Amino acid sequence: MSDRSVENIDRRRFLKLTGLSAGGLVLGATLPGWQPSWAAGLDKGGELNLFVSIDGDDTVSIVCHRSEMGQGIRTGLPQVVADELEADWQKVKVVQGLGDKRYGSQNTDGSRSVRRFYDTMRRMGASARTMLERAAAERWNVPAKECAARNHVIIHIPTDRRLGFGELAAAAAKQAVPDEKDLRLKDSAQFNYIGKPVDTVDTPDMVTGRANYGQDVHLDNMLIASIERAPVLGSGIAKLDDSAARKVRGLVAVERLDGGAEPPLFKPLSGVAVLAHNTWTALKARKLLNIEWTESPHEQHDSDDYLETLKDNVRQTGKTAVAEGDVDIALETASRQHSAIYTLPYLAHATMEPPSATAVVGEEGCEIWSCVQDPQSVQQHVGQALGLPPEKVKVNVTFLGGGFGRKSKPDFVVEAALLAKKMQRPVKVVWSREDDIRHDYYHAASAAYFQAGLDEHGKVDGWLQRTAFPSIGGTFQPGVDHPANFELDLGLTDLPFAIANRRTETQQADYHARIGWLRSVSNIQNAFGVCSFADELAHINGRRPDEFLLDLIGPDRKIDPSQGDYKYGNYGETLEKFPIDTARLKNVLRRTAARADFDTDGGEGWGIAVHRSFLSYVGIATRVQVRDEQLKILQMHCVADVGLAVNPDRVKSQMEGAMIFGMSLALMGEIKMQNGAVANSNFHDYPLLRMHQCPSLTVELVASGEPPAGVGEPGVPPVAPSITNAIFAASGQRIRELPINKHLKIG
Amino acid sequence: MKINVNGTAHQIEVEEDMPLLWVLRDELRLTGTKFGCGGGFCGACTIHLDGQPMRACLTPVSLAKGKQITTIEGLSENGDHPLQQAWIEHNVPQCGYCQSGQLMSAAALLAHNASPSDGEIDQAMTGNLCRCGTYPRIRSAIKTAAVKSATFENAAAREGEN
Repeated sequence: MSDRSVENIDRRRFLKLTGLSAGGLVLGATLPGWQPSWAAGLDKGGELNLFVSIDGDDTVSIVCHRSEMGQGIRTGLPQVVADELEADWQKVKVVQGLGDKRYGSQNTDGSRSVRRFYDTMRRMGASARTMLERAAAERWNVPAKECAARNHVIIHIPTDRRLGFGELAAAAAKQAVPDEKDLRLKDSAQFNYIGKPVDTVDTPDMVTGRANYGQDVHLDNMLIASIERAPVLGSGIAKLDDSAARKVRGLVAVERLDGGAEPPLFKPLSGVAVLAHNTWTALKARKLLNIEWTESPHEQHDSDDYLETLKDNVRQTGKTAVAEGDVDIALETASRQHSAIYTLPYLAHATMEPPSATAVVGEEGCEIWSCVQDPQSVQQHVGQALGLPPEKVKVNVTFLGGGFGRKSKPDFVVEAALLAKKMQRPVKVVWSREDDIRHDYYHAASAAYFQAGLDEHGKVDGWLQRTAFPSIGGTFQPGVDHPANFELDLGLTDLPFAIANRRTETQQADYHARIGWLRSVSNIQNAFGVCSFADELAHINGRRPDEFLLDLIGPDRKIDPSQGDYKYGNYGETLEKFPIDTARLKNVLRRTAARADFDTDGGEGWGIAVHRSFLSYVGIATRVQVRDEQLKILQMHCVADVGLAVNPDRVKSQMEGAMIFGMSLALMGEIKMQNGAVANSNFHDYPLLRMHQCPSLTVELVASGEPPAGVGEPGVPPVAPSITNAIFAASGQRIRELPINKHLKIG
Repeated sequence: MKINVNGTAHQIEVEEDMPLLWVLRDELRLTGTKFGCGGGFCGACTIHLDGQPMRACLTPVSLAKGKQITTIEGLSENGDHPLQQAWIEHNVPQCGYCQSGQLMSAAALLAHNASPSDGEIDQAMTGNLCRCGTYPRIRSAIKTAAVKSATFENAAAREGEN
């Protein structure tokens, strides 16, 4: 759903609802009296309004309808509303929105929250401000244009009379909704909060243990469920012996969950749930279950063999997704050719908080408390599972202990809802770390083949890229066996190079495990291939990587990758608003390269990579040391052009996080599957970067007046190739198969 | 069984082998101590047992009998431990889930070493994972808190001399 629906609500409903407010100004629709139990301090006692409400005591409540998972959105979006409203940030209270389609999309995914809702939030703030100004004008019997909002008061400019927001709230609520054309949006020079490092509203709760996550939910009379799930996708329960488990003191019930037929969708996996009064009892009893699983078509799946198959596949001509010029002739007539294959393994999200959901099901419907990225998707899928319309599923969004795409798949919430219905009492499903690692929606394993033809001057005339990985589409549709166009749009078809002849192809990759989107999605493998291969071509030509890349990108221009039937997705935005702008990419490249010293020697080297994703441009420069087969990352620098940065400190922290996320996957990220089951289980065999492995990180934001673009994800893709390019510079070793710890020890 | 958490005695009826983590979270509803891995790999459940940092997920409750248990809720009375202040100053948390454990590990470090070097910080904190990637800010915040703590201690010492 686009944010247009919010505009509709805004036009239809603006201030029709004053009777429902406690004498205050209410913008947008009013929601029923659902108050998340953890939203302490909310004194409206059950009246949650769509985005803005003002109380007589001067408190401005701003709803954040997107999920907080570390990106600071509960600060960022309210900060935009408060700025246009001229509210005093100290008097702003942030309220978490329930799942409700009237908000528009709540799918906190795709680095979308700010870019999709920046304009809407500004209008929400400006509308409220206008109504306050008009109310003051009526009170003073003066023209509204003589009144202006300044820091939580309305001033009558000619006489300097003042009224506080709280004093005007009730009267403002009776004002007609301003037409959108009558709204005066601030000039950026007048911004109080936008573009400023406003403190993150939730930090004090997070440093005192008061912040409540999905795992922390407690309801009276609640049972805890721990679920033993089928180790192989498509397998079910053949035989269950729960006699030993049932002897455990404190065990309340053992229940079966049926995963049903593929595709997996967001359904629970088949499994056996053990329910007890506390988590420890449930975990202990679960270990005593004796389950035989049915055969699965995936039980021969072995990730090492699979990657070999994908490598074989990408050596063969595949299906053409999009082509320009004639790459075959260009390659045939080239003075020099170069080719390479790059592979990445399956990856797991491994959020620090394993998934968890609490549900109650009664006659009225279902209520959920959970760490979810998309509460409306929860309403839909829980509703389907229980036979309820979505609006009968009330979803309270807690803090998310990390999301990265995992928590937009509500399989774990459906589990809780089904069990709560069976038990007729509240149930909290607690995923363990092992559950999380073994039953994720994995980032796809992949192989990609690149071939280039160069003329006698080293100019690239032909570029062929062919990729194979199991598509996310296979999670939703049976029989999908090639990457989908939307996955190619993330870093392949939008190749920003001035090469006349090029072709993007896909090859077969069968579906054997649940595949999902993980922070930056297929940009991870696509950028790894493109940025590595471009670096290889630079070295073949004896050129400095940055200078060669500048030539490859070519003149300043705006690119439209659409060709014939092939329509480029551009992350759901228009190319007019968010073009593929090579000038911005080159600017980031130059600034990134300025931090690198390409003449470094003595076992040290710098590597760079630049990539546009989620409409932002990010460059990474990495310095490494390679000695005695041991790699140490010494330094990493990020240059990011994300358009307007609403909260620059949170943008920087996202880039820091992206560098660390990227290092984890590049250095040590690998999910292995054997006999169809995940062989990893916890952080000892699915390691993440630790503090002693983390180099000094710096972030440089490009000052920009362009519209705000994506932030959460675009820092990730260039990290891995910048490291492997640096390793080549330091040692001459070209690493084409991730993770790096297969080739070098990690210091 | 009786245990003492953050200066308060609690009477609990649980099995002796129940890890302290689940006693704190499920029985006492002190959910600031987080469940991250259950195997001592991630440090999200770090608490203090008589001042020593411990992984609550691997500590049977029976081991805590007669000892002082400190959790994030008891690190300071008003959330103003120098580390908590420094965490706010450096805007450390992203999702925040690991931060209770990070703070408890850092507090144990500073209690024993008032001005740790970079290497000592890395060594003390390497058992605490952060998936969001807040390590650089944690390092900076620990240094800030160390300076502040030292200043407080010096001031207190001077007052003592006077």
